[in-house]
Amino acid sequence: MTLLSLNSMKTNIGQYSVLHDISINVPEGGVFVLLGRNGAGKTTTLRSIMGLWKPSPGSVTFRGQDITNLHTADIARLGIAFVPENMGIFGGLTIEENLILATKTGQFDQTRLDRVWELFPAMKTFWTKQAWSLSGGQKQMLAVSRAIIEQRDLILIDEPTKGLAPSIIDAMADAFREISETTTILLVEQNFQFAKSLGRDMAVIDDGRIAHAGTMADFVADKELQESLLSLSA
Amino acid sequence: MTTIPTKGDRIVKAAVLIIAGLLLFAPFLFQDIRSLEVAARICVFIVLVASYDLLIGYTGIVSFAHTMFFGFGAYGAAISLKQMGPGWDAVVVGALSGVLVSTIVAIAIGLLSLRVKAIFFAMITLAAASVAMVLASQLSQFTGGEDGITYKTPDIFKTATKLMVDDNNKVVRLFGVKLNGKLAAYYFVFATCLMLFLVMLRLVGSPIGTVLKAIRENEARAEAVGYRVVAYRTFVFCIAAIIASLAGTIYAMWLKYTGPDTTLSFTIMIDILLMVVIGGMGTLWGAVIGAVLLVLAQYYLRDLMGTAAEALHGIPILPYALEPDRWLFWLGIIFILLVYFFPKGIAGTIAERGAKP
Repeated sequence: MTLLSLNSMKTNIGQYSVLHDISINVPEGGVFVLLGRNGAGKTTTLRSIMGLWKPSPGSVTFRGQDITNLHTADIARLGIAFVPENMGIFGGLTIEENLILATKTGQFDQTRLDRVWELFPAMKTFWTKQAWSLSGGQKQMLAVSRAIIEQRDLILIDEPTKGLAPSIIDAMADAFREISETTTILLVEQNFQFAKSLGRDMAVIDDGRIAHAGTMADFVADKELQESLLSLSA
Repeated sequence: MTTIPTKGDRIVKAAVLIIAGLLLFAPFLFQDIRSLEVAARICVFIVLVASYDLLIGYTGIVSFAHTMFFGFGAYGAAISLKQMGPGWDAVVVGALSGVLVSTIVAIAIGLLSLRVKAIFFAMITLAAASVAMVLASQLSQFTGGEDGITYKTPDIFKTATKLMVDDNNKVVRLFGVKLNGKLAAYYFVFATCLMLFLVMLRLVGSPIGTVLKAIRENEARAEAVGYRVVAYRTFVFCIAAIIASLAGTIYAMWLKYTGPDTTLSFTIMIDILLMVVIGGMGTLWGAVIGAVLLVLAQYYLRDLMGTAAEALHGIPILPYALEPDRWLFWLGIIFILLVYFFPKGIAGTIAERGAKP
């Protein structure tokens, strides 16, 4: 069943046309990976889904509902969480405050909080610390924690491994695997090794267009396609 | 929601507690009329500046219309006390009228203009404040024009009112202070201002306060988490307007006079801005420190300079430089030094420098 559909989406930023024709169907469950070179339009795609940049023409549907012209806050309230590339945390707030912002009622569900603490123990350790004082990896963990502190239907994650140490990347992969059991993840990533370890379905964006879409298993098997689309050597 | 207080936080809060203690016992500690005037003005300005800090410090809204809301509250009380007579019903009607007008105007300005960039919003509030000043001058049959309005407040606040009498029907003195209407008026100001300040503290400590801080930090992120920034900003703008309006009513009750100079003037707006910047934005504690320092400087710097000039008589240049008439020049110098040495305001800088738990 399709959870999210991008239909012939075109997005302009100022006078520049960044996305020319993006059409993807993200199925419910698992991790859908969006790959592409720098500047291909991956981040713009996520921001267009969140309504931070409005696509025109084209549309975004979520569970069959057209969300193209909804306000960003209303899109978030539908159950779509966004973990931006720069982590998107609030540095001046404590970890507790960062997380409580993402709850619907201003109260924590203890079961979900325990799950967050289990996935990322640093969140419990530094609970009352201001977020700016965390390391890069911990900030990324906080950003992901904020996305999962409430039950979401879809989490958009933009390059979560950027600048992180390999040990943190492994921990992050384990966490995403566990999260994807209950929540669909749309992951934008340049780290192909990380992406292929998680992805079930995938698409490649090139110059604002979908250059390829299919299963990750088929893409991993086709070295030639990887070389042509991502310049990955065999 | 708890943040572990740092050493700096504790110093700031201790300073605020000392100030609160001094204000609580001000009539007994400083037994002269002028000191009581200063203490009452400090109480009112703490509330006024703290409500402005809700805007500028917690959501990054720069408004020049804060004195307009202060004026609505003051004129509401003044007009109703003048028209209805010195009863509590007039006070309630005046306060509610001020709050109602402030809320309507704040919602209108907020919804129409909080979507635009900060500088345009500031300009719109400046225009609104100018209109309010012109109206206060022009509608003289209601507002008394440039002369303002004098009126009576409820009898309990009359200086001649005896709160307690002895066997000879003379007013009782406690530690040398007469228990009369003036004392009642001061404690009315103190108690209502304290209550309003505590309401603001509760607000910023609530989940709404956390949302406001998030908006201040990054609007787009706050929206991506699910918060409509315009709605929250309009809400805060209304709350700040209502509190400023109530502060205006309290001040009108204390002064028993309301005119453009005491409520609506841009000089007061500049004072509020200076108090917020000097005290430190985004803490509310900074509002207390800023209001105390500026009001004290406005009332006592001139006297202090006069004393210093006399003491330095015979020394070249210094007595001349410290002429009391030059007090505004020295006030300016003090502000520049404060901003230089306390770039995040006194409360903000102390909290940051003493950031060891």
